[in-house]
Amino acid sequence: MGKKKIVPLGPYHPLLEEPEFFKLYCDGEIVKDIVWETGYNHRGIEKICQTKTFEQVFYVVERICGICSTSHPFAYANAVESIPGVEIPLRAKYIRSIVGELERIHSHLLWVGLAGHFLGYNTVFMWAWKYREPILDMFEIITGNRNSYAMFTIGGVRRDISDEKANQLKKVLEDFLPKLDLLVGAVMDDPVLHARLKNVGTLTAEDIHDFGAVGPTARASGVDIDIRRDDPYAAYDLVDWNVIIAQAGDVFAKAEVRLLEMYESAKIIQQCIEALKKDNNDEIKVKVKDIPPGTGIGRAEAPRGEVFHYVKSDGGNSPVRHKIRAPSYTCIPTFRRSCVGGTISDAAICTAAVDPCYCCTERMAQVYDHSTGKKIMNAAELIKLSQAKTRELRKKVKL
Amino acid sequence: MGLKDKFFKKSLWLFHLSAGSCNNCDIEILDCLTPKFDVERFGMKLVGSVRHADVLLVTGIVTKKTKKRVLEIYEQAPKPIVVVAVGACPCTGGIFASSYNFAGPLDKVIPVDVYIPGCPPKPEAMLAGIVKFLNKK
Repeated sequence: MGKKKIVPLGPYHPLLEEPEFFKLYCDGEIVKDIVWETGYNHRGIEKICQTKTFEQVFYVVERICGICSTSHPFAYANAVESIPGVEIPLRAKYIRSIVGELERIHSHLLWVGLAGHFLGYNTVFMWAWKYREPILDMFEIITGNRNSYAMFTIGGVRRDISDEKANQLKKVLEDFLPKLDLLVGAVMDDPVLHARLKNVGTLTAEDIHDFGAVGPTARASGVDIDIRRDDPYAAYDLVDWNVIIAQAGDVFAKAEVRLLEMYESAKIIQQCIEALKKDNNDEIKVKVKDIPPGTGIGRAEAPRGEVFHYVKSDGGNSPVRHKIRAPSYTCIPTFRRSCVGGTISDAAICTAAVDPCYCCTERMAQVYDHSTGKKIMNAAELIKLSQAKTRELRKKVKL
Repeated sequence: MGLKDKFFKKSLWLFHLSAGSCNNCDIEILDCLTPKFDVERFGMKLVGSVRHADVLLVTGIVTKKTKKRVLEIYEQAPKPIVVVAVGACPCTGGIFASSYNFAGPLDKVIPVDVYIPGCPPKPEAMLAGIVKFLNKK
């Protein structure tokens, strides 16, 4: 056995968009262990949410992550609306689903592009991002912004999609699907990508259950979960679509699931557009006067997996507690199974394969004394505690 | 012609530093490099190390943990360097100004040359900001 070497990845690495820090413990070329250091991107969003009104929280949770900027408001809306038990208008349901699925397409294209870039296929990067542009332009037409759409509100949506815009959206999708065929063909039929991605970073169904991973990461390992089908919200139970599942669990399977999911998203949007055109009712929002005391739980399927929001209300105009769990929080620990045992050169694509989003995941930990409620943790104090325990044990063992 | 003009006349190399952002500005910066906006035709490109860069693009609020790193990276940068605050967060703190982990706007930490407000600013706005700076000198 050679000596273990530490290879640091981050926090400011040219490959990474966000500040994150991994330590790879290596023996020669082989990764033996991986440690993740967090906290660079922590912004204290849950605390900020408690100082805003229920309506304003939408614009805060939207900025948890710029890529999933519909998924968080989606889950939050589900949570808040479950407290008074509001049923939103049918038209709002379809509009919410359209925005959610457009986001899935743009996020998956972004991932395919970045994965191509990590592997040295810059052509895939440029192609995928080029095809993403019409989708972003469509977002600008529908919601008024390329990212951070500010589309949702309590009891419905803020903007209607007129027939004219719906036709434009239909046209964009018609143009997009042949390009997607081309992209899928380029990725799935490439012998180099097969050799590079198959049997790399494999996660079995058991690993997924151990870590509680969600979303495309779980579906690529044969675990059949999707919140859109299992706990339907918005218009997902009113349209016809399939959950995409692959069995292999390697990076290639994850790419396959994401690529094929884009077809399903396009299918959902097309059906929603047809339904919007038939629907003559113009109501897009119901008025919610106030939020009664109680707790609400909201779930939504983000491009990366299940987003979970918990909101507690005391009858005032802002939440007294807001808890957020983003999908990357359970997906990132799977690196300990997918990266360990592989080579360093595979570590980048294995970490990228779950589409990790660090700004969703960042949090802080503090230890409180149960009896007095006082904060007791800092590094020096923990070391003190640890040393005290050793001293006690030493007395017992009498060495 | 001053020293700065001489250095910034030709292709600018960019270094992207995410202090504590929500990814929005970061993907919009990457968007500038991809076919639609394509700043690479002007010789602008992202570089891996700040030691090669002419422009330092900072996104996101400066958190207490990243403050030290931001200072470290600014010290490593070759001078003169143009520091661009991309988005509302480095300019003022934006929606996160009341956060307990906020270590102050970027210009309280390092000197800033260009402010590009917006949440997130469009790629056109980022290009316009840099062009304005180059013309103003």
